[in-house]
Amino acid sequence: MSGSAAHQIDPAERPEIDSVVVRFAGDSGDGIQLTGSRFTETVAIAGNDLETFPDFPAEIRAPVGTTYGVSAFQINFGSRTIMTSGDAPDVLVALNPAALKTNVGDLKPGGLVIVDTGTFIDKNFEKAGYPANPLEDGSLSRFQVFPIDISKQTLEAVKDSGVSKRDGLRAKNFWTLGLIDWMYDRDLAPTIKWIEAKFTKEPEVGKANVSALKAGHAYGETAEMPAGVRGVTIRPAEHAPGLYRTITGADSLAYGLIAGAQLAGLDLFFASYPITPASAVLHTLAGLKGYNVATFQAEDEIAAAAAAIGASYAGALGITSSSGPGMALKTEAIGLAIGVELPLVVLDTQRAGPSTGMPTKTEQSDLYLAVYGRNADAPVVVLSARSPSDAFDTAIEAIRIATKFMTPVILLSDTYIASAAEPWLIPDFGTYRPFPVKFRTEPEGFHPFLRDKDTLARPWVKPGTPGMAHRVGGLEKNFNSGHISYDPINHQRMTDVRKAKIDGVAKDIPAQAVDQGDSKGKVAVVGWGSTYGPISRAVGNLRREGKAVSHIHLRHLWPLPRNLGELLKGFDQVIVPEMNTGQLITMLRNQYLVPAEGLNKVMGRPFTISEIEAAIRSKLG
Amino acid sequence: MNDTVMPRALTPESFESDQEIRWCPGCGDYAIVKGVRKALAEIGTQPDQVVFVSGIGCASRFPYYMATYGFHTIHGRAPAIASGVKLANPALDVWVVGGDGDMLSIGGNHTMHAIRRNIDLNILLFNNEIYGLTKGQYSPTSRVGTRSPSTPMGSIDYPVNALLYALGAGAHFIARTVDTLQKHVPEVLKRAHAHKGASFVEIIQNCIVYNDGAFDHFTAKDVASERQLLLEHGKPLRFGKKLDKGLRFDPKAMRLEVVQVGEGGVPESELVVHDETNLSLASMLAALEPPTFPIALGVIYCNPAESYDHAFTGQLEAARAKAPKADINALLRKGHTWNIGTPR
Ligand SMILES: Cc1ncc(C[n+]2csc(CCOP(=O)(O)OP(=O)(O)O)c2C)c(N)n1
Ligand code: SF4
Ligand SMILES: [Mg+2]
Repeated sequence: MSGSAAHQIDPAERPEIDSVVVRFAGDSGDGIQLTGSRFTETVAIAGNDLETFPDFPAEIRAPVGTTYGVSAFQINFGSRTIMTSGDAPDVLVALNPAALKTNVGDLKPGGLVIVDTGTFIDKNFEKAGYPANPLEDGSLSRFQVFPIDISKQTLEAVKDSGVSKRDGLRAKNFWTLGLIDWMYDRDLAPTIKWIEAKFTKEPEVGKANVSALKAGHAYGETAEMPAGVRGVTIRPAEHAPGLYRTITGADSLAYGLIAGAQLAGLDLFFASYPITPASAVLHTLAGLKGYNVATFQAEDEIAAAAAAIGASYAGALGITSSSGPGMALKTEAIGLAIGVELPLVVLDTQRAGPSTGMPTKTEQSDLYLAVYGRNADAPVVVLSARSPSDAFDTAIEAIRIATKFMTPVILLSDTYIASAAEPWLIPDFGTYRPFPVKFRTEPEGFHPFLRDKDTLARPWVKPGTPGMAHRVGGLEKNFNSGHISYDPINHQRMTDVRKAKIDGVAKDIPAQAVDQGDSKGKVAVVGWGSTYGPISRAVGNLRREGKAVSHIHLRHLWPLPRNLGELLKGFDQVIVPEMNTGQLITMLRNQYLVPAEGLNKVMGRPFTISEIEAAIRSKLG
Repeated sequence: MNDTVMPRALTPESFESDQEIRWCPGCGDYAIVKGVRKALAEIGTQPDQVVFVSGIGCASRFPYYMATYGFHTIHGRAPAIASGVKLANPALDVWVVGGDGDMLSIGGNHTMHAIRRNIDLNILLFNNEIYGLTKGQYSPTSRVGTRSPSTPMGSIDYPVNALLYALGAGAHFIARTVDTLQKHVPEVLKRAHAHKGASFVEIIQNCIVYNDGAFDHFTAKDVASERQLLLEHGKPLRFGKKLDKGLRFDPKAMRLEVVQVGEGGVPESELVVHDETNLSLASMLAALEPPTFPIALGVIYCNPAESYDHAFTGQLEAARAKAPKADINALLRKGHTWNIGTPR
């Protein structure tokens, strides 16, 4: 199970550590994301827990060697439970000066920097904005620097594989991966297998990559390492037994939507317009049409929402997906789905900033938009996923609520969740309870806004059903007939019933549980979405010190769980960390009049554990 | 109970809903709804297999007056919503209705893409060259100089020709008719319905309140036959009360010209013969404007190609044939997996 079976190394030579954070950084043409995902798989196979954070530039082909063309991939892995992609890297691999410049500031003091000296030339210093060679001016004295001419080593390794110098140099990332594999005692076999499968059409390139990988590994075994650089052992983590895979949030959402549609007994119709970082879900689903999925790339986000609503009207499950700017465009159509009371799932993979902002960076700033952001009184259900694996169940929950209550449901994800990967104990789908939709086919006593007594949902009729032809629209409807109505009392009644229906969802969702700690105490940290990892670890650390801190994490953001107010009142202080300027906190104060305090960060990056830990500590006094 | 399931013999009344019509008395939309009901009765699809999707505007009130399934949506988005309806349930007979503002201004983008994709929708644009519902502002089809509440000194932007726009978007079927032509409307609509793929029909409609008489120069009884060219596939382009005028192609100028036919004029053999599959001819016909030319009415272009919904369904079926069980457990376990501590 552990990769160490391949070569028996005296553990005494390899000190044991329980976790490490490694960041690969290089030019966007250096294959950094590929290196990261290959290393992730190797780490997963070795049984470690892990969390990754790919961080790539918005520009597709930024000029080579520039700081804005730097692509990075961070992985935190270990023998203990890993909750985040790591506060600060222990090891930084920088394949050019620009990568060093943009990443070294994050490195832990005393951390290890591996640089490819082959790229440390005047031209590249200039592009990176270094006045002189940073390896020689003492600016890295806080760190342990391991300079290797990776470019040269790679060219040497691939010289017999028959590829051009240019293609040979491209194998640099595999050389680097080989070295890191050596450092953490990882088996090369899975990567070799992957390379061979990937490059069947270009066997020389495949061969070059394998040679580079092996050479990097051999370098670690044979070359003399600078003092302090040595291989280490990280034992497998204690995972619950079962079958695992790695999963990104985007794939998890896609699978969850397919699963949810199947539990509802519906075909899934997914309409979207490309936008970073939401497109990944569209791409995954487009490749899974065999699973009763239809995907439609619309002409814009308005059309995507509109087509999804049309599909729901026709009796399929309409889903639309976007990110910030695209969500803004969908607003009017969501209002229509609220007005005609059709199921619709709207996926929002949040990204940073107003307008275009920082398209590849993470943020949680669409909560107001989701809960309040429409004209008129237009309530919807809002959910959020807390992690890549959690996205699967959240997607199913979104579909369950949308179809049971005939309402749009907005599901909030974010850039971090969408692109991060983690090991996932694959659930047995057979254990999920189906929630089959019952279309109305009985004409007797029918009108389109007749309501179910419990859920207040209206009947769903598939056009084409004999004897059931009817008209719906965005104009206000008479409560008793579904016909157009401008009657003032009727409008009050319809507005009230639309609100009551959504409020009533609270009766149908689980009471809010406490994720860690007691349900009363000094401090409760309340979070939603992708802050789960850092909050959870920070609270765990403090609890181990005996501090009375609890962690509450919300999946259901609207309506809020029915016991949440009571729960919050059991704590002296409530802290709400959010990657926005304070949106959930406003909702909590508004709903429960609790004196909650915010911890807010909008830097395009997740919270670090230590930031949250420090904030809680300051409250504990 | 059975009578709801048994197909009924259809009459225009079979398509009449119980809703009282709320258009202004004398509005051209009344005549259109009559024509549509008549066409549908003759087409013979049961009302509950038919869906009308509309945007917002006077024209878009249309679905409420039809005893079919109907969806009155939001301004301009009907073609996109109808696309979702058709793709989710291709067996339905889907019609889209909207005004010139709805489909060419706010929804121009969706109109273009529904046409470009060639989704099997029957798209009916009621062109009254004005924003009726919002009380008479000029529209993207209004002629230069149109005085309206928002253009008291006359509009200054050039109008769009709906049919040329559709052709530019790659339409495979375009046709034009006029609200008052009670026989012509159903014939054109039946052709639109028979065409698989997006069918785009411009229906000239008089807004009696805000743009009355805008089309009189070719619809008024005394000028109609002189100013209307009724197209028939395979027939020479003739018009006029005595069919004494025709259109001939001037190859030097590369355009159509009006000629006198018969006595004292040219022989019929010199006239252009209507060919619905000829794109160049279609562009010329769509562009004709009275009073210099007659307005072209009928099917201007019909040149079928595979519809998007057909290809779409084909891809779904091919993919489903490969994963016939849609097994979620298998999906989740695809790719690399590993076991931890599972008992052997
Ligand atoms: C988003 C939005 N913007 C504006 C309106 C107001 N509005 C309703 S109908 C309409 C134009 C109607 O003109 P047209 O589409 O030509 O239809 P007609 O009434 O002439 O049949 C406008 C601007 C609206 N309902 N929604
Ligand atoms: S305003 Fe014009 S288009 Fe609208 S109903 Fe009245 S006459 Fe018809
Ligand atoms: Mg109009």
